[in-house]
Amino acid sequence: MSTIKKIKNLKELSTSNDRFEGAHLLCPGCAHSIIVRELMNCTDDNLVISSNTGCLEVSTAVYPYTSWDTSWIHIGFENAATAVAGAEAMYKARKRKGTLKDPDAPVKFVAFGGDGSTYDIGFQWLSGAVERGHDFTYICLDNEVYANTGGQRSSSTPRGASATTSPAGRVSYGEKMMKKDLVGIMAAHGAPYVAQMAPNKWKDMLKKMQTALATEGPVYLNAISACTTEWKFDPKDTISITDLATDSLVFPLYEIINGRELNITYRPKNIIPVKDYLGAQGRFKHLFKPEWKHILDEWQKNVDAQWEYLQRREEAKV
Amino acid sequence: MAEKWDIQEVEVWDGNFAAAQAMRQAQIDVVAAYPITPSTPIVEGYAKFLSDGYVDGEFVMVESEHAAMSGCVGAAAAGGRVATATSSQGFALMVEVLYQASGMRLPIVLNVVNRALASPLNVRGDHGDMYLGRDSGWIQLDAFNAQEAYDLNLIAFKVAEDKAVRLPTMVHQDGFITSHTAQNIYPLTDDVAYSFIGDYQPVDEMLDFTKPVTYGAQTEEDWHYEHKAKQHKAILDSRPVIDRVFAEFKELTGREYKRVESYMMEDADVAIVALGTTVETAKMVAKEMREKDGIKAGVVAPRCFRPFPFDNVRDALKNVKALACMDRSSPAGALGALYNEVASAMYSGDTKPLITNYIYGLGGRDLTVEAIKDIYKELDANAKSGKRTGKIQQFVGLRGPKLEYFE
Repeated sequence: MSTIKKIKNLKELSTSNDRFEGAHLLCPGCAHSIIVRELMNCTDDNLVISSNTGCLEVSTAVYPYTSWDTSWIHIGFENAATAVAGAEAMYKARKRKGTLKDPDAPVKFVAFGGDGSTYDIGFQWLSGAVERGHDFTYICLDNEVYANTGGQRSSSTPRGASATTSPAGRVSYGEKMMKKDLVGIMAAHGAPYVAQMAPNKWKDMLKKMQTALATEGPVYLNAISACTTEWKFDPKDTISITDLATDSLVFPLYEIINGRELNITYRPKNIIPVKDYLGAQGRFKHLFKPEWKHILDEWQKNVDAQWEYLQRREEAKV
Repeated sequence: MAEKWDIQEVEVWDGNFAAAQAMRQAQIDVVAAYPITPSTPIVEGYAKFLSDGYVDGEFVMVESEHAAMSGCVGAAAAGGRVATATSSQGFALMVEVLYQASGMRLPIVLNVVNRALASPLNVRGDHGDMYLGRDSGWIQLDAFNAQEAYDLNLIAFKVAEDKAVRLPTMVHQDGFITSHTAQNIYPLTDDVAYSFIGDYQPVDEMLDFTKPVTYGAQTEEDWHYEHKAKQHKAILDSRPVIDRVFAEFKELTGREYKRVESYMMEDADVAIVALGTTVETAKMVAKEMREKDGIKAGVVAPRCFRPFPFDNVRDALKNVKALACMDRSSPAGALGALYNEVASAMYSGDTKPLITNYIYGLGGRDLTVEAIKDIYKELDANAKSGKRTGKIQQFVGLRGPKLEYFE
């Protein structure tokens, strides 16, 4: 039987049941490994993990090495959700037929993707797997850019960020499109549990991960994953940049249950201005030129409006 | 436990239903599928088996063919029997994952009901999709009729899952001509069919947590080449296993399969080399050419398109003076794929028959008995004169002025 693991403190979390090896090729300061390790430590159940092509995948399974001390599969850029869904279907079939080696051991199925493979190229596979109701958790490591290939824009890249395929220049403030609301889209699938989380709020993230694994059916978790290389900040500042994201409400933390009930899970005591978050990163540096002041103003307005929307949704309880 | 089907000694099934029945008898653990004409009835047939309690595996109706093969890969890596079906555009959409399935050595069985590739959009049969799969690292078996579609499915599971092989395997049949034409089929009972294939033996399964596995690792210039070379060796090493499984099947059923089929080749002067249903028509015409025209005609048909039976083809054709390679796919700026394979086999031999490449049947255009007679007559003229009477590549059954290329 699967039980929710009790974790008292950060030290206990960080040292319990480590199945993600420290030897990997992720950049110093990359938040991916923090999120992945937390997931793998938050449960003692067996894990079948899939990854889309991306930073996590290319940094953890370069033959003849692997960082994964559990079952892991990578097929392509777009299909981690379907890969783990196929494994989950096989688990059900073999459990029914009695061909599993250890039929009583609890098994959880988890897929990881970056925002490029989740918001863009793998969206169809994710949508299909969630619609079919497979019992799995999909975690998007959202660094708002195709970081693995050197910083091209994705549909998660926010307006005003400079990316290599939407660079800021003499006549451009960079990315023109708004970030896609994938959390809302996944909630609209009617998934039993959808949440947005951040590694700086580790207890909140732990609770969401454990809720996800305990939930029967498909779960979507969107995790902000600060990218030292493409966001352009000092590798030691990963958590403090993430603090700025959550405390400015650029990246609000909330959950949506059964596609309806929305709960805000973190309310900053002191809400900081959005420009403090933007100003801490090289990718938004150009927005502080006088000619792009209207983009900065628009940013604050949009974040305020989104926070207002989330609060009203929470109050409405519908 | 799944219900057993009350199998009659003779059933009237089309190629699609024959394939679906073989899949049911294999007691597949996971089918992840997406329907596409003309293979849709395989998926529908399997779905009906499920809803009537004849199947106790999982059936995952996904949102595209790419996802179908992706689900098959994930399922197969989790250590059970996996199969699906597709055609044409769906096959093209799957191609990325076909390479990943073979690279991971997952013994998935894929029924490919051959259909033309767009554009222009066309639902009828040709071999464009089969040729698209030829470098994908899969074993490709070709059925010429519905009975063979049934038999080769049973054979495919046994070959693919053999521990010495562990490669995904396609079973091809021609769209509509085989897939939608009901014929008398002599099936095995459920028990006999299943015991021929045997229980699935997991290898490196993701659900054995005492031995964690990493599937789909990355290799660059340091290791990629060695892996691909090993994969090539594996597919070539499948040849004796295929031969052995064919022999076991003959012992069980009396029905004989060879990696290259030969008909009336003992004393043939001229031969047609073809794939799919064309083989059946060519056999009939060859007999007639012998009886009415005195032409010693024969037919050679690769049953196994991959691994290509290079030496068997050379042996089968070593005594003919002229032969025709029939390619049912747009050659798009080259000689046909079958021509190239056969010509390379013959070039390595001691005899050098005259080889002509006929392009035919694209998008379901009928290849008539008359057209095959004309080909045999041209081969006969080539054989007698010792040189080609036409160009190397000719288009058959095409409206407008005759198209021919290459001196």
